[in-house]
Amino acid sequence: MWHAKTSRRNALAGIASCDRGVQLSRGLWLLALLTVSATVCHARGRPSPEASSQSAAFQWTDSQWGRVLLMKDYNTRIVIFGVAVLGGASGLVGSFTLLRKRALMGDALSHASLPGIAIAFIAANWFGGDEKSLPWLLVGATASGLLGVAVILVIRNQTRLKEDAALGIVLSVFFGAGVALLGVIQQMDTGHAAGLEGFIYGKTASMRAADARLIAITSLIVIAGCLFLFKELKLLCFDEGFAGAQGFPVIALDAGLMTMVVLVTIVGLQAVGLVLMIALLVIPAAAARFWTETMWRMMLWAAVLGTGGSIVGGLVSALFPGLPSGAMIVLVCSVFFFVSMMLGTRRGVIIRLIRRMRLNRRIDRQHLLRAMYEQLEKSSGGPDHPGLAERTNRRISVSLDKLLSMRSWSRRRLSRAIERAVEDELLRIQDGACKLTQAGFTEAARLTRQHRLWEMYLIAYADVATANVDRDADKIEHVLAPEVIDQLEDLLDEQGMTIPVPQSPHGPLGTGETLGTGETLDGQGVDADGYAGSERQRDASGGPQ
Amino acid sequence: MLNPPERNDDANLPTAARDDGTGAEVPLSVYDLTVAYHRKPVIWDVGFDLPAGQLIGIVGPNGAGKSTLLKAVMDLIPRASGRVRVFGDTYRENRHRVGYVPQRESVDWQFPVSALDVVAMGLYDQIGWCRPVRKKHREQARDALGRVGIGDLADRQISQLSGGQQQRTFLARALVQDADLYLMDEPFAAVDAATERAIVEILRDLKERGKTAAVIHHDLQTVPEYFDHVVLLNMRVVAQGPVSQTFTQDNLQKTYGGRLTLLDEVTEAMRRRESSL
Repeated sequence: MWHAKTSRRNALAGIASCDRGVQLSRGLWLLALLTVSATVCHARGRPSPEASSQSAAFQWTDSQWGRVLLMKDYNTRIVIFGVAVLGGASGLVGSFTLLRKRALMGDALSHASLPGIAIAFIAANWFGGDEKSLPWLLVGATASGLLGVAVILVIRNQTRLKEDAALGIVLSVFFGAGVALLGVIQQMDTGHAAGLEGFIYGKTASMRAADARLIAITSLIVIAGCLFLFKELKLLCFDEGFAGAQGFPVIALDAGLMTMVVLVTIVGLQAVGLVLMIALLVIPAAAARFWTETMWRMMLWAAVLGTGGSIVGGLVSALFPGLPSGAMIVLVCSVFFFVSMMLGTRRGVIIRLIRRMRLNRRIDRQHLLRAMYEQLEKSSGGPDHPGLAERTNRRISVSLDKLLSMRSWSRRRLSRAIERAVEDELLRIQDGACKLTQAGFTEAARLTRQHRLWEMYLIAYADVATANVDRDADKIEHVLAPEVIDQLEDLLDEQGMTIPVPQSPHGPLGTGETLGTGETLDGQGVDADGYAGSERQRDASGGPQ
Repeated sequence: MLNPPERNDDANLPTAARDDGTGAEVPLSVYDLTVAYHRKPVIWDVGFDLPAGQLIGIVGPNGAGKSTLLKAVMDLIPRASGRVRVFGDTYRENRHRVGYVPQRESVDWQFPVSALDVVAMGLYDQIGWCRPVRKKHREQARDALGRVGIGDLADRQISQLSGGQQQRTFLARALVQDADLYLMDEPFAAVDAATERAIVEILRDLKERGKTAAVIHHDLQTVPEYFDHVVLLNMRVVAQGPVSQTFTQDNLQKTYGGRLTLLDEVTEAMRRRESSL
């Protein structure tokens, strides 16, 4: 547990420092997760009070536990290996289907496989074959799974129903038929139908080495397929029209992707179970998306998470025959997902909140400093007044109420902004009023200048502005950097304005009215400082968020 | 594949498809093209020859089948009838000479790829199946991004690009192919003024280098300024030819029919634009 805690602290520190140490924090997080998972397993693996009172049962459980976890048993070892490879393959294929927005196809496919399994079982029984022969059952599963997908396509293409309705119909009807057939099997004389339940919920405990080998080989084929066709499938998922125009056979590529989904799903039935197979296809890929904006990294992470979830889930199920592996895998994967959703370094909830908060703080600081500067201008008799300098600044302090009246911000928000500015030694508080420090004055002048240049820019080149404004709020400085500022300085020079901090283009400063109209101008999109401006930009262009 | 079997009956092609008398190949020749969705025709008996080395505007109201036309030309959707010749041969044969710029809305911009990755997709056909994108391909892609003026954004994830930058990325993806004929589906839709100017610059540059570009365009005001040749489409080809002769109020009225209640406004806008120049 100590280790997990440390990792978490490190990971948080890594996230706080944003880009620095992202790699490190990722690695540590995974480690922390595995530790936590292992601890959970350990707790679960501990004997219950009743069991400990019977020492024989205790020893049995303990030795079983050690045997499984240390994988001393050849069978367990190969089963876990098979499941791990399966998890990796599911993560890769799942990433593609998720990005192709066909994730639920896998779900329909796996549910639709149940009647096939039941029919294969009955048929084998009828003809006196080995009704538990895995390849035979999987042939049945594949046939009925593909039939289900075909029915979905027929419903979609031949009726006015949409794909989601078709999915719902096929999924439930096929699964219902499968359950009914299982009922029939229970009534049959053989009564060996118990093993079939493993297909529904997953049961690594009942897997044999030969089954695991089949899983591993099939999964490795799928992994190879994903790696070799990475470029082509990426293009297919991103822009199928362009793929077609480039001469790539879109339908064949889709069929190839679907084949890989079928392979993974069918061999995964025994390990994960058909009800929850979709989890292994969707959750690792979706979780990985929070950590990266690069496709190959996303796939790598999906594979790692899928493998991790499968190993833990498979181990637990191998340990306790009563615990379905499907459920365990889903639980472990959902922990991964939740953690990724919250802490993901690219799209996680917390990093987004932090970004938002930082942005708001920066905006508040800019508003505060600019408000201070405008007050100085006012007191020194306008921007043209030569007295506006450090000397004036020394004498003037602005009360909180005055600042409060300049913008529509709450007292609390303003006080917070002031507190932070004081911490950064941009402001001083004297007798309940604010005073700019030397650094604060320089910064305020810079911001005001930049703000007014920006206003000039918007007014003079409104149509260009929309194009050149970068959407990323942090880059606003670059927008106003070298060339544009040079241009604007020329512009201002022509108009005979003072270069250090030009006069506000929307009316004379230093009068009471200006302060009053400041907000209105804000609303009109003229009085935009960099951040607000680019926010507006984002809204206006209606682009993706 | 959606390729319908190509019938080999060149005799029925318009003569221009083989030789337009000037010796230059016809970049795109469409003859008797009909496309139907669920038995309802979207474009009907469309036929035209595009002149080589010119900028061609494809103009028509919403639902006129402009995108469908481009897709049918590239075998992306099945054709009910008709023939398409690209530089005198089938599209499949000459697809490496065609660069396609799809509509920006046709893809998910949240996709986890960078601008550079997207542009490199234009080279996938050249790179070939199962081969990785190599450094020289990335360099080519970077150059193409530079040509559209966003070389410094190459490593940005595409959702962090503005609409205009996304459109430029798509354009760069077509440019990197170094094709001879460019088919663009509304590259000017919802872009900012600077991007619009940049695209116009690129189109003119293409023309200077002897390339042909057929561009679906919505803004009637800018047609005479941007294009040399125009195809007015509304299910059928209403009119086609050099802009000066074809882009008339009469033809526009025919193309837009009752739908163009704004015609007078547009004319007014055009007049105002001219007087302001």
